Amino acid sequence: MGAVSPPTSPHQESTRVEYGKVLLELGREYPDLVVLDADLSGSTHTSRFAKVFKNRFFNVGIAEQDLMGTAAGLALGGKIPFASTFAVFATGRAWEQIRQTIAYGQLNVKIVASHGGVTVGEDGGSHQAVEDLALMRLLPNMTVLIPADGPETRAMVRWAVTYDGPVYIRTSRIPFPVIHPPEHRFRWGRGEILREGRDVTLAGVGLMVHYCLEAAALLAQEGISARVLNLSCLKPLDWELVQDSARRTGGLVTAEEHLVAGGLGSAVSEVLTDCCPVPLKRLGVRDAFGLSGKPDDLLRHFGLTPRHIRAAALEVIQAKRHP
Amino acid sequence: MFPLPQTWKKLQPLTLTACRMVPVVIPSSSGDWKNMTKAGALLFPRPMQLTDPAQLQELARQVRVDIVEMLYRAGSGHVGGSLSATDLLVALFFARMRLNPADACWPERDFFVLSKGHAAPALYAILARLGFFPREELFTLRQFGSHLQGHPDSKCTPGVEVPTGSLGQGLSVANGLALALQLNKSPQRVYVLLGDGEVQEGQIWEAAMTAAHYRLGNLTALLDRNRLQIDGHTREVMSLEPLADKWRAFGWHTQEIDGHSFPEILAALDAAGKETDKPSIIIAHTVKGKGVSIFEHQVRFHGVTPTTEEYHQAMQELQAV
Repeated sequence: MGAVSPPTSPHQESTRVEYGKVLLELGREYPDLVVLDADLSGSTHTSRFAKVFKNRFFNVGIAEQDLMGTAAGLALGGKIPFASTFAVFATGRAWEQIRQTIAYGQLNVKIVASHGGVTVGEDGGSHQAVEDLALMRLLPNMTVLIPADGPETRAMVRWAVTYDGPVYIRTSRIPFPVIHPPEHRFRWGRGEILREGRDVTLAGVGLMVHYCLEAAALLAQEGISARVLNLSCLKPLDWELVQDSARRTGGLVTAEEHLVAGGLGSAVSEVLTDCCPVPLKRLGVRDAFGLSGKPDDLLRHFGLTPRHIRAAALEVIQAKRHP
Repeated sequence: MFPLPQTWKKLQPLTLTACRMVPVVIPSSSGDWKNMTKAGALLFPRPMQLTDPAQLQELARQVRVDIVEMLYRAGSGHVGGSLSATDLLVALFFARMRLNPADACWPERDFFVLSKGHAAPALYAILARLGFFPREELFTLRQFGSHLQGHPDSKCTPGVEVPTGSLGQGLSVANGLALALQLNKSPQRVYVLLGDGEVQEGQIWEAAMTAAHYRLGNLTALLDRNRLQIDGHTREVMSLEPLADKWRAFGWHTQEIDGHSFPEILAALDAAGKETDKPSIIIAHTVKGKGVSIFEHQVRFHGVTPTTEEYHQAMQELQAV
């Protein structure tokens, strides 16, 4: 099998940039929308909102715990707060604030955290959130979303404004190829079938959705038909879609820029264990932290390329035949 | 048994209906209370503006009776810190805050955050006396299915705005509320009660910076300086002094008072209310376990409830007054 170069789509968009843009639009539509950041507004792109809506933007400085508490208070005061910083700080440094006040209190706080996953790249393991999805997925009342591209980011953020409750959205540092049409609409609790197939199901979140599509194209060249799922709504997971995919294709591969423990792989395996055990191969970071490097080098290091997804799919198909 | 906890803010019917049906429950043992809250005073929304220190003193005594009763019956909970904060909370809720017990969600109310969430019994006893829920619910404290959780849970107790109990988090939430009110150009105020041990948490100082930075003149913090925390004297566990200087250095309007003197508490609340450009803190020097001699200054009564003998002695002291 020849090397597959990283995907080069004619059009790429950054999920964090799209977040910044859609916030600006929503700021005009929703006078109660407020935005908070902890000294990373340039990176999370909340700075776009800050420039236009000065009095509705609150920088709390480098203080993530205070960031979450202040956002909770604004929600109690009837505002719609969006709190942003890097995913590793939002979910790690302030996890207990999110648990005790936002999730326990069912407060209407939207946490949109950038720099999820290993594609943060050169900053290294300290800045690459590979456990954020697990930390948020654990929490009762929390919705956990990972957009696969720009249009899905816009759709999710637009949806989140109208939803009354805590939401975590993970955006990424690098731009992703665009999969969805510009007018894409997000449906809470629903996964998407991006490609239909019979032999195996490839399920991803974030950039891995695109890689699953590329892997499916490779498999098609070998006469293997793969269904591709975008499980961007990680919590609540589309339980029925996972179940249906297990029954129809008999085996699954999950891929995520996250630890295989606690994220998408865990969520899918929980469904399968409960209802319909079939072969499953989980691709992701295995009990390790990230490290410095170019995003492509890191993705190869952690086994997160279309080529790796293809190989995992072949293993799953083999396991189906010889359980 | 009472129905399982409901989310009062999302307008679940059970708790709110119950409160509306019983605007104020007058405890059988308290004729004084009946006299001091004649028909007129019970018209809500308030401020109730009880200004006579003797009236507040008597209310505080009744609240202390309820606290000891609740905790004795519950068999667990925090006696010392509830009793040390009682006078501060009575002054705040009965003399200064704008509230509407018939409509806990009244949009023009003042907000209160019990950052030292383990003093929940004091808050519950006061909310019941104000008519947020029937007084008999007090004695379901900490039981399965009760509206009164061990630490405040805003989802099921009318009048509790924020879930607290994990220390150090309430000041940030109060800041957020104050910012929301500022955006609305509203005259409402936000009050928050901090414990002294609690300010060992780093988040308190993050929030202290934020409140000063955003000039939250509509925020008043009360600090219950009872000098004891669960492991011992604050001086031994983690020194806090010079505490007032710390708050001043962080840009706060800072006052120090006797937290058991109603004239001092009321004067300090009024002075804080006049400050428009800075957040205010009232460091209230208090006695842990105040009101019951065997509980006073005792580390043991941070988180341990009285034995039957101690309970009878406490009740005798509180009711003898």
